[in-house]
Amino acid sequence: MSDTPQTTPREGGRAAIGDAVPRVDGPKKVTGRAPYTADHRLDEAPLIGWIVPSRAGRARVDAVDTARALDVPGVVAVLTHRNAPKQAPRGTPSDAGRFSQSHALLAAPEVACYGEPVALVLAETLEAAREAAGLVEVALTPLPGRYAVTGDEPDEALEVPDDVDGGMPADMSHGDFDLAWEKAEVRVDATYETLAEHASAMEPHATLATWDGEELVVRVAIQIVGSAVEALANTLRLDKEKVRVISPFIGGGFGSKLGIHDDAVLASLGAIATDRPVRVVQTRRDLFSSAPHRGCSTQRVRLGASRDGRLLAVAHESVMPMARGYEFAEPCAASARASYACDGILTRHRVVRADLPRIDSMRGPGEAVGSLAFESAVDELARALERDPVAFRLANVAETEPISGKPFASFDLRRCLEVGAERYGWSRRAERGRRDGRWLLGHGVASATRPNFLMEAKARVRLEDDGRAVAELDMTDIGTGSYTILSQIVADTLELPLDRVEVRLGDSRYPQTAGSGGSFGAASAGGALLSACRRLRGQLRAGGGREAEGHIEPGEDFEKYAQYMTGAHFVEVGVDEVTSEVRVRRAVGAFSFGRVLNPTTARSQLYGGMVFGIGGALTEGLHLDERVGAYMNRDLAGYHLPTERDVPALEVVMIGERDDRCGLLGSKGVGELGLCGLGAAIANAVYDACGARVRRFPLTPDAVMAARAAW
Amino acid sequence: MSDRAPKTTLVVNGRARELSLDPRTTLLDALRDHLDLPGTHKGCDHGQCGACTVLIGGERVLSCLALAVMHDGDEITTVEGLAARAGAGDAPEALGALQAAFVAHDAFQCGFCTSGQLCSATALLAELARGDLSVVTPDDDTVRVTGDEIRERMAGNLCRCGAYPNLVAAIAEVAGQGEEGAS
Amino acid sequence: MRPFGYERAESAVAAARRAADTGATFIGGGTNLVDLMKLGVMTPERLVDVSRLPNRDIADADDGGLAIGAAATNTALANDPRVRERFRVLSLALLSGATPQIRNKATVGGNLLQRTRCPYFYEVGLPCNKRAPGSGCGARFGRSRDAAVLGTSEHCIAAHPSDMAVAMVALDARLGVRGGDGDLRWLDVDALHRLPGDRPDREHDLAPGDLIETVRLPPPPPGRHVYTKVRDRASYAFALVSVAVVLAVEDGVVTSARVALGGVAPKPWRARAVEAALTGARATWRAFCAAAEAELAPARGHGDNDFKIPLARRAIAGTLAEAAGIAPEVPTGGRRATP
Repeated sequence: MSDTPQTTPREGGRAAIGDAVPRVDGPKKVTGRAPYTADHRLDEAPLIGWIVPSRAGRARVDAVDTARALDVPGVVAVLTHRNAPKQAPRGTPSDAGRFSQSHALLAAPEVACYGEPVALVLAETLEAAREAAGLVEVALTPLPGRYAVTGDEPDEALEVPDDVDGGMPADMSHGDFDLAWEKAEVRVDATYETLAEHASAMEPHATLATWDGEELVVRVAIQIVGSAVEALANTLRLDKEKVRVISPFIGGGFGSKLGIHDDAVLASLGAIATDRPVRVVQTRRDLFSSAPHRGCSTQRVRLGASRDGRLLAVAHESVMPMARGYEFAEPCAASARASYACDGILTRHRVVRADLPRIDSMRGPGEAVGSLAFESAVDELARALERDPVAFRLANVAETEPISGKPFASFDLRRCLEVGAERYGWSRRAERGRRDGRWLLGHGVASATRPNFLMEAKARVRLEDDGRAVAELDMTDIGTGSYTILSQIVADTLELPLDRVEVRLGDSRYPQTAGSGGSFGAASAGGALLSACRRLRGQLRAGGGREAEGHIEPGEDFEKYAQYMTGAHFVEVGVDEVTSEVRVRRAVGAFSFGRVLNPTTARSQLYGGMVFGIGGALTEGLHLDERVGAYMNRDLAGYHLPTERDVPALEVVMIGERDDRCGLLGSKGVGELGLCGLGAAIANAVYDACGARVRRFPLTPDAVMAARAAW
Repeated sequence: MSDRAPKTTLVVNGRARELSLDPRTTLLDALRDHLDLPGTHKGCDHGQCGACTVLIGGERVLSCLALAVMHDGDEITTVEGLAARAGAGDAPEALGALQAAFVAHDAFQCGFCTSGQLCSATALLAELARGDLSVVTPDDDTVRVTGDEIRERMAGNLCRCGAYPNLVAAIAEVAGQGEEGAS
Repeated sequence: MRPFGYERAESAVAAARRAADTGATFIGGGTNLVDLMKLGVMTPERLVDVSRLPNRDIADADDGGLAIGAAATNTALANDPRVRERFRVLSLALLSGATPQIRNKATVGGNLLQRTRCPYFYEVGLPCNKRAPGSGCGARFGRSRDAAVLGTSEHCIAAHPSDMAVAMVALDARLGVRGGDGDLRWLDVDALHRLPGDRPDREHDLAPGDLIETVRLPPPPPGRHVYTKVRDRASYAFALVSVAVVLAVEDGVVTSARVALGGVAPKPWRARAVEAALTGARATWRAFCAAAEAELAPARGHGDNDFKIPLARRAIAGTLAEAAGIAPEVPTGGRRATP
């Protein structure tokens, strides 16, 4: 059972930064009064938009016959490439980021990947729209496409991406890997594979668009408001000032709502075409095509050490698909670049262009799958050296950033390993026995690292005549707790009770932030708001104005110091000796991420990351039909998110301290850290339990059975 | 021929509401689009996530797989009807015990699955109290309030944010109180 | 979803007659049908609602068996004390399936007739001989992880997804079917489902109007009841392989064995080869493995689902061992002492 949250009520209802304040939007969420996009009501009932997806991969659209669909009572229009409003070419302007570029749809008689919309039905009711969508007849001629990426591609198919997520170079090295590898006395050379994964936020991507002939107002489930405005303006060739994006409550994102998707563009097209409000809620099946996903990966890791346990050589090389026309490469080698000191490091990322749905950032891009491979290999090396895997890691923890040699702002990996081991009882794990009935028991450890980012952000705060403070910024709360920690920042700085603070988020009319993503949201938006509050406090003391703006951007400390969050995972698993099913029985994580802004919401973020890690390690994988480029298990019965039953009691220890090199708040990010490395700890525990080194993720019964001794 | 839009009466949160519905309308869409109760959420629309869980006659069901016309006359409770004092808004003192425990234990993050989790947990408490079985109930068929029982019985409500540990804590707290109160 | 006429039946006889006259489809819990109607996989023109028919009672039968109204919910059946005491494997199977929300709605009759979860059946627009006869089998050379390894044909390799029906097959349930003519006839549950052959769209021999009204369980076979369900996550997932066993062992010898499998065949699969091999045999790990081997001898994988053959073997042997109270003798591989 989890710890009971420690709430620390202060006098007069005040709340400071760092207090375990319950979520300020909690009462709304438990009464069904938090309006998510599809819940929003307008005076005029919207038309319901229903997407007709392509049932082929790369293809030419020969004909779209909408006659039968238009005959359905209640159907108002069917948009296709023949009658949809004009848009800018997809992917333009080329110098804009991928979240800001045009995402034109129904613009040409062609289909880039399975599931791409070929028509949009607009009807008075959901029932009519869905029925009519089934009556749109689409004739497609499949074109040759590449769908499968196996990691065995010939060199000429491999491309070096311009960079990998986070703006890092695809290839980075330090020292001379070949020499170090040559020198190593004990070596591991292993290849790991992960299946493609899907973010699958519980709220389907949804948009409600209205158009008055001049201004487009788009209520959309989105993580970053600012780039959504740009993307819609770029797609529809509108002035940015004529596009308003509103997103007060978002039902989870996990990267899949960083940018706009089919629902936003199609609802906007529908509104412009019909002069009626249009609501498009994507179906769960369609989301497996149109919401971006994490590509499959093949990763080779080579590690070499001296016989006495010193790490000498590290190589981490990955091959993943890149969706054609959409530049994103996952930094699988991020952990290999950050965690341990050694003489020679080689890291390479290669991509294969494929005609697949968008591949993009999914919670913990890089570490989520990269550390599965890397921290499994570290375990393999420790075993080969016959060393305790915790002691081996401790002996090799980096003192400076391994690749650059830069000093760390703060780097607590050693302490995380020590504290986590102590809390877990690592040295006493043998006392727990090796078997519980049919369950073979095993224990595993893995390190976690994750780069810390700070993004430019602005915020506004004002003191109303009634004494309440109102903060406005276009930050989003995707479940992370933004409303709560931002309220704490205002209450603390302006010395107000929490119920005298109102934080307004998710509207492009508010000052721009970088939104929610990359674990940078709290430090960036929070820093901007802290700056605004301090300025307002100064103004008020000086008898000045009652409104102030704040601004933050990464300073030179992000140049001078390497910035990372760290953690260590300790996991007990059971492997069913007969069926090879794996269950996590216990997990303890120790984490360091700077100042803790709210222990309650931070712990929840870490729990959530750990649950995500359990899914990635044990249950989640997309199964691609390589003939058409379709993910076949395209629903939540076939794509297995972890259930409550898959998650045991989790324990989180937060050991970080304020680090003023990380920005005004002294905090780092926590949204992804709990996920990084957890899967490897599970795989390492599976090895400990049954002697099977499974290098194919997820560790479903078939994968584990194949790696175990036959009988 | 049967009626294209038969009259259906749904008793929702204690109030009888008469509707003329396309027979294709699910209970979920009836609540959201015809009764202005959008607190019940559509996560998958195919019985695979639990977000749309409501109570019919006190028992939990998935409203996305129920045709509204099949529930003529039935009593339905949604998240909007769970608060201790209906219509009292979202002031903390108006929350029901489970709702308050959810807030206290941070048993949700994005909140999208929360209505379903709450309805599901409400029914779960009744199921535990009357000794309904689950696949983890021990061989003696005695139902106890354990973490495993709660986990298995809440497995039909997916939470991608991973609030699971806190959900178990919140439900266990209320279930435990119920037991003490009964003894 | 295409428009349909809806009417509520007043009695089983009236429902059967109405469906026979109009070609209507029955709807009980709707947990599978509504799902498939939304996708356009099933497109009934007319629904006859049988969810409020009175045939939901569970009662002792004169022969020591049990009579179960087909409109009983999965929850009611799983929790019935008589089921729990005498037909425990059925309760275990039911509680292994789906979730409380779904079990509260799903009916016995509907569960018996639930459709496959093969992803090609679900994805309208891709080939599937079961959904669109003649369009081909998408799974055979595509993604077949969920597919069957026994009883398949070149036209269809889809697996039956039910847990409940697996236990019913092991228990020799008999179905009381009300015909459109008003007569009640009896059918072995094992004879309800057809193998796909060249007509995978025909999953059973029920005629339009045939309503499964009641299910009779004969007196229970002797022995210990165990249900094993192997799946990709701990709950709320369909079986990769499931095994229902009722096993009686006296003085180390198997005196009665009832075994059925789920997840491996187009229908709930009675493992008669296992039963034949075991009856009269010594209850040893080796004998259980050999019996499982015999059942899976004709099995054929399709790539992705090859693993189901060894997995089913292991699950059968392990379930029998659990029922017999003996320990599986499983090599633990390179398992090491904690360093």
